[in-house]
Amino acid sequence: MSIEIEGKSYETDEEGYLANLSDWSHELAEAMARMDGCDLTDNHWEVVNFLREYYEEYQIAPAVRVLTKAIGKRLGKDKGNSKYLYELFPYGPAKQACKYAGLPKPTGCV
Amino acid sequence: MAVKAEFDIPVITNVPRTPALREGAMAHSRPFVAKPDHQEPLGFPGELVEDWHDRAIAKMGELLGSYRSLQVFMDACVKCGACTDKCHYYLGTADPKNMPVARQDLMRKVYRRYFTWAGKYFPWLVGAADLTEEVLEEWYAYYHQCSECRRCSVYCPYGIDTAEITMAGREILDSVGMGQKYSNEIIGKVFRIGNNLGLPEPALADTLEGLEEEVKEETDVDVRFPLDEQGADVLLVTPSADFFAEPHVDGLIGYAKIFHQAGIRWTLSSHASEAANFGLFIGSQGNMQRVALRIREAAMELGVKRIIVGECGHAWRVAYSYWNTLIGPFDFLDPDYPAPQHICEATYDLIRQGALRFNKENNDDKVVTFHDSCNVSRGSRMGSMPGGQFIIPREVIKACCNHFVDMRQETIHEGTFCCGGGGGLLTDDLLELRVKGALPRVQSLGEVIEEYGVTHMAAMCAICKSQFTKVLPYYGMGMDMVVSVHHLVGDALELGTDG
Repeated sequence: MSIEIEGKSYETDEEGYLANLSDWSHELAEAMARMDGCDLTDNHWEVVNFLREYYEEYQIAPAVRVLTKAIGKRLGKDKGNSKYLYELFPYGPAKQACKYAGLPKPTGCV
Repeated sequence: MAVKAEFDIPVITNVPRTPALREGAMAHSRPFVAKPDHQEPLGFPGELVEDWHDRAIAKMGELLGSYRSLQVFMDACVKCGACTDKCHYYLGTADPKNMPVARQDLMRKVYRRYFTWAGKYFPWLVGAADLTEEVLEEWYAYYHQCSECRRCSVYCPYGIDTAEITMAGREILDSVGMGQKYSNEIIGKVFRIGNNLGLPEPALADTLEGLEEEVKEETDVDVRFPLDEQGADVLLVTPSADFFAEPHVDGLIGYAKIFHQAGIRWTLSSHASEAANFGLFIGSQGNMQRVALRIREAAMELGVKRIIVGECGHAWRVAYSYWNTLIGPFDFLDPDYPAPQHICEATYDLIRQGALRFNKENNDDKVVTFHDSCNVSRGSRMGSMPGGQFIIPREVIKACCNHFVDMRQETIHEGTFCCGGGGGLLTDDLLELRVKGALPRVQSLGEVIEEYGVTHMAAMCAICKSQFTKVLPYYGMGMDMVVSVHHLVGDALELGTDG
């Protein structure tokens, strides 16, 4: 599978996660979000950017509590919880936000 | 408001009903096939081999020879029908091939053709059939519509274990290069990184450090989450979802609080940072052993005296029923404790010794029910009394909650319904199956919500917790209804006082 943007094609897995992390760009993230009917606001971008930073350091997406804590620090304590993250990413913050951030889908019993 | 889906969501009726047959209703359900990268590290061919037919029959012959049980299950069925309405996937999908007998017959017809005298010479008389490409595809579809929960086996007068047949089916499929992506990718991650998630050691250490800070902030007590600590008494192995996801992580916090309060020196291991063992799901003894071996190695290296298993259903079955022959003997552990021991059993013993005190009022905002996990309920046990696996978790919950009720009798204990996502099916490419397969459990949950005002369902399996969190909203129920047993424990436990 692949996604097309401005005439260029990017390889993905069966569920639309980028096959090559290095293909990621802001435009690609926005295009993937648009395909799900989602417009990326600044708050979405805070999450996406944090995921990318964390992944860069640890080669894995952050655990939910690591993520909520970081988002609480960046956007205010009232937003540092999974309820808020589900409002931003209704398909599940771990999976949907990882997709827009160009990270592989978390596997396992999650 | 229920979540919308691209498929029909079953309707919850006043009384549970056996659905009218809908032939082929789930023939389209087929998980992603494993790629060579997922297959090869497990010792399987990367893709469908050219001589798949001969190899599959040879593998079946090998399995019939090594597992006497499989041979008996192939021969013993008399088509009495006792299993037909016992499977959650049949009840939720109405596809007749999801009746356990019919799903077994997909293999039985091939067995008869190649391994019985009558089937070799008079196939039309005995329902025998050639292994064709269509049959292989059917195996792939329907052996991934069984969660190996073994509820049907409870009602089979001959004790035929459907799970064993599903495992054999998947093992044959793997051996010809037609594995399932979800399970096989995960097993590869355990070999490569140490756990199902692919959580490397530095990320695990960072996550645990964060949890220490979180508990300190909330309770003002220094509860530790030790990693790779030499000389600890207890090695805790738990599903990696406990580090990563909600509501799992609150269970992990509960274990840590228990160990803290009881003064038990414990540790997690980065080498064995996973209790789950998907080798069981794909029926592969070799892979199951390799996955389990990390736990023995970690226990010996850290010099622990006990191994405790966290809230994971099939991990407990593998630990309780297989470890001794797979990775035993455990003669290096303290003989005064069971090896292995379930976390609920450890907590229960501490409660009985009077080592813990609870503020049950902390859980007074909840009316709790309990979902028995298949792999704990059937095929394993807990504690020293018969039925301990049913009694102990309930006693633990009741010790820390004032309001507890059980669901309908035939849907709990050994008759428990699978959550709908067990056995390697907890993957989004099988979402329709998962939502539909949850129907019987959701039905009995709905009854206790209606009758007793149940607000929370406790579970002690990472798969059950993730599955319910995902599928309950399709039935108009909240994902936050699902809690870990040790979340309830952790919230009620009095910390920092003398026990």
